[in-house]
Amino acid sequence: MSTVDYSVSIPIDHVAVEERVARLNKRSIKKESKVQALKLALSMMDLTTLEGKDSEGKVIQLCQKAKTPYAAMPDLPSVAAVCVYPTMVRVAKDHVRGSGINVASVATAFPSGMAPLSVRIDDTKFAVDEGADEVDMVISRGAFLSGEYSKVFDEIAAIKEACGEAHLKVILETGELHTYENVRKASDIAMEAGGDFIKTSTGKISPAATQPVTLVMLEAIRDYYYKTGKMIGMKPAGGIRTAKQALQYLVLVKETLGAAWLTNEYFRFGASSLANDVLMQIVKQSNGHYQSPDYFSAD
Amino acid sequence: MSQTTDLKETSYKPTSPNSKLDFASLWEYAAAPESAANVDIKDKYELFIGGKFVKPSKDRYFKSTNPATKEVITEFAEATQSDVDSAVKAARKAFKGEWSTISAKARGKYLFRIARMLQERSREFAILESMDGGKPIRESRDVDVPLAAAHFFYYAGWADKLDYAFPGKTPEPIGVCGQIIPWNFPLLMLAWKIAPALACGNTVVLKPAETTSLTALKFAELVKDAGIPDGVINIVTGAGLTGAEIVNHKDVDKIAFTGSTGVGKLIQKSIAGTDKKFTLELGGKGALIIFEDAAVDQAVEGIINAIFFNQGHVCCAGSRLLVQEGIADTVIQKLKDRMESLIVGDPLDKNTDIGAINSEEQFETINKYLSIGVEEGAEVYQSKCSIPDTGYFIRPTLFTEVSQSNRVVQEEIFGPVLTIQTFRTADEAIEKANNTPFGLAGGVWTDKGSKIFKVGSELRSGVVWANTYNKFDPTSPFGGYKESGVGREGGMHGLAAYVNLK
Repeated sequence: MSTVDYSVSIPIDHVAVEERVARLNKRSIKKESKVQALKLALSMMDLTTLEGKDSEGKVIQLCQKAKTPYAAMPDLPSVAAVCVYPTMVRVAKDHVRGSGINVASVATAFPSGMAPLSVRIDDTKFAVDEGADEVDMVISRGAFLSGEYSKVFDEIAAIKEACGEAHLKVILETGELHTYENVRKASDIAMEAGGDFIKTSTGKISPAATQPVTLVMLEAIRDYYYKTGKMIGMKPAGGIRTAKQALQYLVLVKETLGAAWLTNEYFRFGASSLANDVLMQIVKQSNGHYQSPDYFSAD
Repeated sequence: MSQTTDLKETSYKPTSPNSKLDFASLWEYAAAPESAANVDIKDKYELFIGGKFVKPSKDRYFKSTNPATKEVITEFAEATQSDVDSAVKAARKAFKGEWSTISAKARGKYLFRIARMLQERSREFAILESMDGGKPIRESRDVDVPLAAAHFFYYAGWADKLDYAFPGKTPEPIGVCGQIIPWNFPLLMLAWKIAPALACGNTVVLKPAETTSLTALKFAELVKDAGIPDGVINIVTGAGLTGAEIVNHKDVDKIAFTGSTGVGKLIQKSIAGTDKKFTLELGGKGALIIFEDAAVDQAVEGIINAIFFNQGHVCCAGSRLLVQEGIADTVIQKLKDRMESLIVGDPLDKNTDIGAINSEEQFETINKYLSIGVEEGAEVYQSKCSIPDTGYFIRPTLFTEVSQSNRVVQEEIFGPVLTIQTFRTADEAIEKANNTPFGLAGGVWTDKGSKIFKVGSELRSGVVWANTYNKFDPTSPFGGYKESGVGREGGMHGLAAYVNLK
């Protein structure tokens, strides 16, 4: 049980939030600063495949890509993690072993979360037993929107317990929460209940991650840090497809939370197609011209 | 003029023992300077009188420096009595001649042309404004120049509709308007002055500030290119003495002044007993009132924008923060952390948030107030951001532990310096906010609409912003209560200052 009264909302001024984002988007990231940020973004990526048609073969290819994003430039950092369904954790684990790359697994009846708590706990335990280092859970948006905040809190706490040593990322599915006040409240609940990361979206609902939503969540993380001294991570996921967007997100983090959060321990991108655009930009910065997309593996 | 002495910024707390977040990161933004290679600056600028660039009668020139580098960028002519006299004569001739005979629609066309040409040359104007005055290119590019163009567009639209602005009355132009503008928004203030004056059928003699005359002379070139009839716009450069010649000239019908309250009072004295009309837009000491039900993170962003916009060189700057006691610690903590991420430096760098202090004189004034604050016992906090070694730069500064009786709370500092006081009730906030000889602008932050209306209506200032600050639009009137000024600029109200009503 939480001791915080979540029926009271923290006011968020949406006009000013969007204005702040617009202003931060004007930061000019050029030259060496750009290269550095692109590599940072690559190292923060949770390379993701979450489809009904996922197979072992597909996951193995994803793991190869995670380890060596672009064979022609072996010095590039590997990504932070691969993110797969629980049944694919074992395969993924086997294929990233020794690389330092984590295996993250969505669990808790992803993406809807519409299953009994016991099923969701079992789902989580299964993923962890299979070897997941990180668990990406979804909250019960229905319960949240009907004001059952303690239920949402208790469920997150229960999943956290089921995670054991694994890191817990709490997906708020902000596209279904609709207001920044709700995003803020869900963030607060997730952090108080034990989430190690808060994450915007499943990627299955539109809109997925947006910059204003991310800013609101980063500010929630900042307040939680002021209050407790604990650093919570942030993961925008879904809809981030271009290197330019990635750089804009990094600016948000840099100017809201500062240097300590600019590592893959505290910031991740959940994305599938972002990696290749980032790689293309890195190559462009190094040799001065754009390569055809055909030069980058489509895994 | 500013000579290149080796002044250093007075720095009090370059370290930030109280900030909780660390913004010094391994990942820093690389320099992204706007190139000044393609702008054309002459070695010397003459006076613009009667549609021509003419030498000053006494052949005296003064230097203009870039406050970020202390380098001399050009020289301006100093206009003395006979130059001002020829400018007024040229303006009178134009007023009696072509300008009063063309149709209102034709006047509007000229203004539209100026607006469009300003837009076309916006990049050039923005770069010059930043080089000459020290303001960050982000502001000159996104605020000053677009707003200047917007003012011309707006008043161009009024030129042939004046009868609708004053129903039942017939508006007539006043005649020759003497206009004196400050150094904080050189081009924008020029637009605020010239656009409504011309729309109403007047002619003008305008004097830009001596530290920032560059864009006004560039504008004179634009006026020539636009084919504005000779003598309608005259621009004379110089310092206070030149201004006094305009104010005291017998054939000037109206004085429009933006600047300090001290000079405003002098002008009022000088023209007392004459039939000159006048509008004055003077100093301010705006209060920012933050209630505990406000959206705090966004309010903090509002405060940053209220005090650090244009290095705090803003007459309507929100320089006194009044924060409700329950959230004071939180707000101050957040402000300190936010100040750490402000980038102070090269005005031409696109990432710069705070540029250079406009002049050596102003740099000394701000430093003087920093010492006064410390002597008065205020707790001072400065961002530990790095600042350039040369040029006039001052770190963003907070004064806490101050009270209403302190000079730093009462007097206009006109720099990046914010004082912070607390309050308990709305009435106390209103009383403190109004307890100043100024009354230009104020801001209220609360999530509650009714409180915005209650507090906003009781603030004795010409402008009140709610949950935001420093938002400008040509359609909105701007001006002060009390010692912050007389008359309004902008909007339909701005027309009234440039017409006689029959």
